[in-house]
Amino acid sequence: MKEITYAQAINDAMCEEMIRDETVFFMGEDIAEYCGAFGVSRGMLEKFGKDRIMNTPISEQAFVGAGIGAAMVGMRPIVELMFSDFMCVCFDELVNEAPKMRFMFGGKVKVPMVMRTPSGGGTGAAAQHSQSLEACLAHFPGLKVVIPSTPYDAKGLLKTAIRDDNPVMFLEQKTLYRTKGMVPEEEYTIPLGVADVKRSGTDCSIITYGRMVQMSLEAAQRLMEEGINVEVVDIRSLVPLDHKTIIESVRKTRHVLIVHEAVQFGGFGGEIAGQIADSEAFYYLDAPIRRLGALSCPIPFNPNLEKAVFPTVEKIVAQVKSLL
Amino acid sequence: MIMWQMWIDMHLARYFEERVQWLFSKGLVHGTTHLGIGEEATAAGTIAAMKSQDYVFGTHRGHSQAIAKGIDVKYMMAEILARETGVCKGKGGSMHIADPDIHYFGADGVLGASAVMCVGTALATRKRKEEDRISVVFFGDGTSNEGATWEAMNLAAVWELPVLFVCVNNTYGMSTPIQDVMKDTDIAKRAYPFGMPAKTVDGNNVLEIYHASVEARKYVASGKGPMLLVENTYRISGHSKSDGNLYRTKEEIESWKEKCPIKAFRMYLIENELFTEEELDKAAKAAADEIEQAEEFAKASPEPSFDDLMNDVYA
Repeated sequence: MKEITYAQAINDAMCEEMIRDETVFFMGEDIAEYCGAFGVSRGMLEKFGKDRIMNTPISEQAFVGAGIGAAMVGMRPIVELMFSDFMCVCFDELVNEAPKMRFMFGGKVKVPMVMRTPSGGGTGAAAQHSQSLEACLAHFPGLKVVIPSTPYDAKGLLKTAIRDDNPVMFLEQKTLYRTKGMVPEEEYTIPLGVADVKRSGTDCSIITYGRMVQMSLEAAQRLMEEGINVEVVDIRSLVPLDHKTIIESVRKTRHVLIVHEAVQFGGFGGEIAGQIADSEAFYYLDAPIRRLGALSCPIPFNPNLEKAVFPTVEKIVAQVKSLL
Repeated sequence: MIMWQMWIDMHLARYFEERVQWLFSKGLVHGTTHLGIGEEATAAGTIAAMKSQDYVFGTHRGHSQAIAKGIDVKYMMAEILARETGVCKGKGGSMHIADPDIHYFGADGVLGASAVMCVGTALATRKRKEEDRISVVFFGDGTSNEGATWEAMNLAAVWELPVLFVCVNNTYGMSTPIQDVMKDTDIAKRAYPFGMPAKTVDGNNVLEIYHASVEARKYVASGKGPMLLVENTYRISGHSKSDGNLYRTKEEIESWKEKCPIKAFRMYLIENELFTEEELDKAAKAAADEIEQAEEFAKASPEPSFDDLMNDVYA
């Protein structure tokens, strides 16, 4: 095992897959010399050259569309969108093209493409560079949606995503890029659609993902000091969703709080709540299913206001207590 | 022989679409379809100049493109009648007819997307160092206003990719005449900012299209980058089944019927004594018979099974 950052884990996953498979290549805005807005692709240009590490014009429809086209004829492109908010300028490619080709053409074509993009707030980047738009992506049949919370998960999940024969949206968490974690030195992958119980507990389940996992673990730590034993389930991928692990956890703890940093209204928490309410876990609940997401508000620039919009450790603690 | 092939392809396309139109009027076709009656020369002439390994992206008005690329009309008719034997198993319909097995990436329902994806297949070709394979994208005058089309042209140009952009200018975007939506209707000029050569041809003259396409393919395959070919034609049929032709006069449509690309080609072939009237009629009759058989095949085919619904759904 070695300790590396979340950004390095992503970089390592890409490099290993590019060495393993020559059909894998990487393109996006300013990913070569500049190494991307968050420095994720540091050293890759030197390793692989400009034929495989390709700067694109500021032209999301063109390079996302080109990724789909290349994937349709057997390449495995990794495409980076500089900020996940920019997916809005290539929504046709993400919604109408990549996820639909295989089905619409009677199964004769596949789109093995990974779209990596930094997502979420907490960086003072304001309303157009801080969103968490995963719920709308999860809504479209044909897109897989992955959001890793640790370096270990990021590396293992990204390697699987690159090997997947279908389009995968890989939403990275900006504020986690510099966080560190232990990662095996030997080869490993993590299947999509398997949740990870990050902390086992008995009194309340927190179902979460992304940067809220760490906050939920901190909240669990504080609650433990008060004798409340919280379980933290990191779903890791929204599509496919590990329904079973969620239901088992809720059955065990009889209380559930769903936490995500995306806007609560219409957020993915609603889907998780629906899955719980539709299942046998409903009969085990001792309190209503509770959700905690961001306020319905564009993300403000001011740091104090921004903090007020998102879930915090304090808010998570308070919500858990209110359930018990 | 190329001319013979183009003669047959144009007839298959014409008869296919006329038959689809008739089936529609009888309420036998579900959904919608976009016919390109009068535009047959653009597909037949362009694709005849391409090689079988070339990737072709068609339009939503793409029956003639699919036929010229080699999709069997039998499976295409079955698709339009939503049958299990359809080229997309009844899951795509007229707007999504495609057959990746023969490098035809079909009809796409959202305008502009084919152009950017076409840049991608050309990029793959470059990465694999495949020298004699180009990527061709058909799009209409309306789509030439889409941002995606401009982005595709820019990317193909700056990466010098082997893409042939083919604009089938049929004068109307649905009901809107091009002069209402373009300051300058000379679409070929849209290649200039990207340093691409462009050529405009009479889109009702299949031989002119063919010869220009041969030259265009030669240029694109030589590694010099993309090129734009503009083929000016006219859609005699309505935009789709909802079209009441309220935006144009009967006289205008009639005047274009006189300029029918099939009529013009027939005159050329006979005047130059390349084929006899009998030979041409016989081939046309064979095409008509093939469409009739395609209809019979489609009608005799089963509906898709519910068991197949979730196949090819992976997420």
